[in-house]
Amino acid sequence: MKTIVYLLIGTFFGIIMYKSEAASWFRIYEMFEFGSFHMYGIIGSALVLGVMGIQIIKRFNIKAINGNEMNLKPKNKSIARYAIGGTLFGLGWALAGACPGPMYVLAGAGYWSILIVIAGALLGTFIYGIIKHNLPH
Amino acid sequence: MLRTANASLTLFADLQFEIIQNTITMNLINEPWPWYVAGPLIALTMFILLYVGKQFGMSSNLRTLCSASGAGKASDFFKFNWKEERWNLIVMIGAVIGGFIASQFMSNNTVEISPSVVETLNGYGIYSAGEAYMPIEIFSNEALSNPLNWLLLISGGFLVGFGARYAGGCTSGHAISGLSNLQLPSLIAVIGFFAGGLIMIHFIYPLIFIS
Repeated sequence: MKTIVYLLIGTFFGIIMYKSEAASWFRIYEMFEFGSFHMYGIIGSALVLGVMGIQIIKRFNIKAINGNEMNLKPKNKSIARYAIGGTLFGLGWALAGACPGPMYVLAGAGYWSILIVIAGALLGTFIYGIIKHNLPH
Repeated sequence: MLRTANASLTLFADLQFEIIQNTITMNLINEPWPWYVAGPLIALTMFILLYVGKQFGMSSNLRTLCSASGAGKASDFFKFNWKEERWNLIVMIGAVIGGFIASQFMSNNTVEISPSVVETLNGYGIYSAGEAYMPIEIFSNEALSNPLNWLLLISGGFLVGFGARYAGGCTSGHAISGLSNLQLPSLIAVIGFFAGGLIMIHFIYPLIFIS
């Protein structure tokens, strides 16, 4: 049952990513060229509703379905890891024209070359795990 | 009526008028979804995941995949009970199915981007701009005969995977979830995402694509 719920959430998300064209290389490129409001509108409107919804969850102490607190843990305080890691991510996001969610969506859409990007992302994750103790965090 | 409103509201009214008009005439099955449909649905995805006790973040499944493939032998970072994180692999499989359904049955697989951006891309030799969903010059099977494309795809992926774990999240985890929860670390990460993207597009692309 739980498996079906997660599968449906993923499918729903995949359709949104593809239909909104947020999974398109061209839209990512266009965003960084400031060529259209589209991507800013998607992220901005998701954010406005997200901020309002999370304020409501906190104000009224709304619980998750199992009765536990919702998973809204504060992030660790640091600057280096977010600034350096974020910039490296941004370089890759623009170079591959895809971030992690859309990668899987594009695999489903039959753009097989995205599997090379996914392999690269797995390798990057793995290498990070190996050398993380030597990096400023 | 909206359009005859106070002059200072004209721009807003125009936008509202456009949204109402588009929503009425829009074919949600075949037409691409505008931002004001997609953005709220992404927020909804985040709230559904919070409600079932999880969080919205699409890059953590890369770590789960590493762990499931036995990377725990190489680093403690991958030494955790990945079966407890099985849910994010199932969401990932769902995303693959969603991509299949949307591309096969709900799309003409063409993205109309701004004409000036099409022109810039044509200058880079990417002539499929405005006529395809992905640039065939990079993503078609034929393009793989060019080793430069392999390098581009694998290093792009590497930076995404490495950067996402270093920064502790990607677009969904920081730009949507983290910022929605007003987390300063996420703001720093998102500024980094854009700094990196702008450097790539404006300084490195001209070096890669001018041949």
